[in-house]
Amino acid sequence: MTVVEEKPAPAPARRPNAAWALLRNSWRQLTSMRTALILLFLLAIAAIPGSVLPQRGVDAQNVDGYYAEHPTLAPILERLGAFEVFASPWFSAIYLLLFTSLIGCIIPRLRDHFRAMRMAPPAVPARLDRLPQHAVLTGTPDADAIAAVLRKRRWRVAVRGDTVSAEKGHLKETGNLLFHLALLAVLFGVAIGSWYGWHGNRLLVAGPDNAFCNTLQQYDESGLGARVDASDLPRFCLELTDFQAKFLATGQPESFRATARVDGGAPRSFSVNSPLRLDGANVYLLGHGYAPVIKYTDRYGRSQTTTAPFLSVDGMLTSEGVAAFPDANVDPKTGARDSKLQVAFEGLYLPTAPDTAPYTRSLFPAERSPALLLFAYRGNLGMDAGIPNSVYKLDQRQVTSGRLARIGDGKLLRVGEKWTLDDGTSVEFLGTKQYATLSVRYDPGEKPVLASAAVGLLGLMLSLTGRRRRVFFRVTTGRSTLVEAGGLPRTDYAGFAEEFAQLVKDVEDRDSEGPVNGRTV
Amino acid sequence: MAALSDQLLVIAIMSYVAAMVGHAAEYAFGQRSHVGRAAAPAVVPEPALVGAGGPPAVEPVLPSSFDPPPPAPDKARYAGWFAVAATVIAALVHLGTLVTRGLAAHRMPWGNMYEFVLSVTFVGITAWLVVLSRKHTIRHLGLFVALAMVLLLGVAGMVLYVDVAPLVPALKSTWFVVHVSAAVLSSGIFLLGFVPAAMFLIRSGYDRGKRSFPYSLGARVPAADALDRLTFRLHAFAFPIWTFGALIAGPIWAEAAWGRYWGWDPKEVWAFISWIVYAGYLHARATPSVKRTTATWIAVVGWLTMLMNLFGVNIFFTGLHSYGGL
Ligand code: HEM
Repeated sequence: MTVVEEKPAPAPARRPNAAWALLRNSWRQLTSMRTALILLFLLAIAAIPGSVLPQRGVDAQNVDGYYAEHPTLAPILERLGAFEVFASPWFSAIYLLLFTSLIGCIIPRLRDHFRAMRMAPPAVPARLDRLPQHAVLTGTPDADAIAAVLRKRRWRVAVRGDTVSAEKGHLKETGNLLFHLALLAVLFGVAIGSWYGWHGNRLLVAGPDNAFCNTLQQYDESGLGARVDASDLPRFCLELTDFQAKFLATGQPESFRATARVDGGAPRSFSVNSPLRLDGANVYLLGHGYAPVIKYTDRYGRSQTTTAPFLSVDGMLTSEGVAAFPDANVDPKTGARDSKLQVAFEGLYLPTAPDTAPYTRSLFPAERSPALLLFAYRGNLGMDAGIPNSVYKLDQRQVTSGRLARIGDGKLLRVGEKWTLDDGTSVEFLGTKQYATLSVRYDPGEKPVLASAAVGLLGLMLSLTGRRRRVFFRVTTGRSTLVEAGGLPRTDYAGFAEEFAQLVKDVEDRDSEGPVNGRTV
Repeated sequence: MAALSDQLLVIAIMSYVAAMVGHAAEYAFGQRSHVGRAAAPAVVPEPALVGAGGPPAVEPVLPSSFDPPPPAPDKARYAGWFAVAATVIAALVHLGTLVTRGLAAHRMPWGNMYEFVLSVTFVGITAWLVVLSRKHTIRHLGLFVALAMVLLLGVAGMVLYVDVAPLVPALKSTWFVVHVSAAVLSSGIFLLGFVPAAMFLIRSGYDRGKRSFPYSLGARVPAADALDRLTFRLHAFAFPIWTFGALIAGPIWAEAAWGRYWGWDPKEVWAFISWIVYAGYLHARATPSVKRTTATWIAVVGWLTMLMNLFGVNIFFTGLHSYGGL
């Protein structure tokens, strides 16, 4: 448990060089245990804002929400990196300094440890009765017999004439070094993952028409590691063939199971906690929902059908979404498109709708009595403006400016029902399809990180349970032979007295058995 | 079965209260207590005082005829052992609460915050009884253990309580069981480790001559050295389990469930913070130039981060771990 913190100052340099001295001093400061402590603390404190403020890496939408709530504060926090704490320069600076300190700490300890392991245990001290443990043995074993007992118990032994020195517990320091080296290896594994890994998230509606392939454009959201190119992504295509959700009577989900076909092969199923593991990427099931299939028939009698994924807003899968028909009411003869006659429906989908109004919340997440509450809008959807907008919401700017107007009141449609609007056009609710939200990921750092963590844990346990101790024996042959033993625990070790007593007893027992190679227990 | 579990919780809490009362009685009427000493005809010199050479804790009070006759000091020991017996009963009923809860839900009883706290506190009290069986002298710390149990279980029952329900799909995983059992075990031991840590700080303050309120308790607790060693042992035991549970098994499960092994979700952030702080404690304890009291303060900070982990994160933040049932 004791650590020599600072080595005695080395002999003064031959030529005093201020810069060199400063450098060397800073290095010594940086690699001291005190600095390591301070840096550990700073790291802990620096992590706190990462839990208090919304983080872009965890949930980008929450960051947008924070911007809306605190319009003046948010940009300042942004500049400080507070929305990406764990990628911020100051957080990185702390852990890089800590790891530099760690390297500076490990290297000399590795060297010392190698040296200590090769060195024989030190000579027997002059006064054994001054050691914390001391005993005078009954019987008169000789030094070789004592050494044999100790070796059997895996002590490192040195016999010098009539004295025996032995030591045990180097594994403690080995474990400690292993643990700290493993920390470095974990960091390295994490770095590999962030350089060479990539991910993409996507909402995938069931059915062959909705299959997608693994290219960046086909993801709703994606991220590439620093050393990954869009062309590096492995080629495969995925079709969601089935999705099963089971719920308890309370509406709490019980199990989810998705089935997908990869590159047209046999369907494979996967679920939460058991991802679809492909060559070079894994597909994780993150969520699910319903996509109503809506058919709109315009004033020229032409029909269009769209499958619009709705996003759930509560545990009963009350879902909101939009079905937009930007190409509606295009005159088939002239091909002229009237941007004032585009049509969209804002809707609320209830997998289990109540029997009577208000139709605002679903009663159960499975489709027991599905109904779709639609609000119709006509006008300019604002899709050509070049401003990206959500496919799950209408562009509110168009609505407030009056370019997009709501027609009449909402209308509740059951599956197969049709609603005829004021201009004679009609909308029909054909049914729903299931969709799954998927995350496709590749992280080559995972295995190195796991292996390092396992090694680190092993080292940690060796380090925390290991105990360094030394025992010494001296055979004094005079008029009568006297055998003395002494023991010195080098780390905090409550059970040392017992171990020492047992060891002395073993030596005595072995001695009474005589020099036959009888086993000592 | 669920209702039985709820009733058992009430009984467990009441038994812990009984234990608290027993310990408090021993504390108040024990031979070495102020009250006991003031009442006893011959004042036994306080060994700790002699060692510390500080001023006496209180002005000697002569027994006045208005004071009710206090029980004989030796009887106080019975109060102490009554308290231990009550603690054992409380722990058994506590176990019953967990078992019936698990039976009602057909799974391990750690699917939400309520059950998690129930399990963590059970580990804590078990560890306490194990340590106590080996070292009777620390019985005086029992008052604080029982107090902590009453508070934690009370909060669990009143604030965190949720009805029995099966696990949501994300929690159905072998690694989840491994992750949570290791987290429960280590949190329980860390929580318990706070007791000797706090007592150490009190005792060493007392030894330095401080006599104001929390330090005045120092007269009745074991020697600072023993407390420091116990603190270290508990933390050194819990630390690798925490490392395994929160920083290895948790990420293995998170990889399968969410696609990434570490994502700085609030719960993960606080698990990391606790780990770093406890690593800081182990470092500080191993560094001779850092005072033992400073090191122990770090352990106390670690305990605060554990509380933040257990309660704060689920109450203040929303994240992937917020299935906690709040
Ligand atoms: C990256 C952050 C670090 C973490 C998480 C960490 C963690 C730990 C832990 C948990 C222990 C306890 C094991 C034991 O007591 O044997 C320990 C021990 C130790 N650490 Fe670190 N450490 C870190 C960085 C450092 C640095 C930078 C140094 C050098 C200045 C260092 C030097 C030591 C030493 C010398 C011990 C042995 C203490 C003893 O004798 O028990 N560590 N470390």
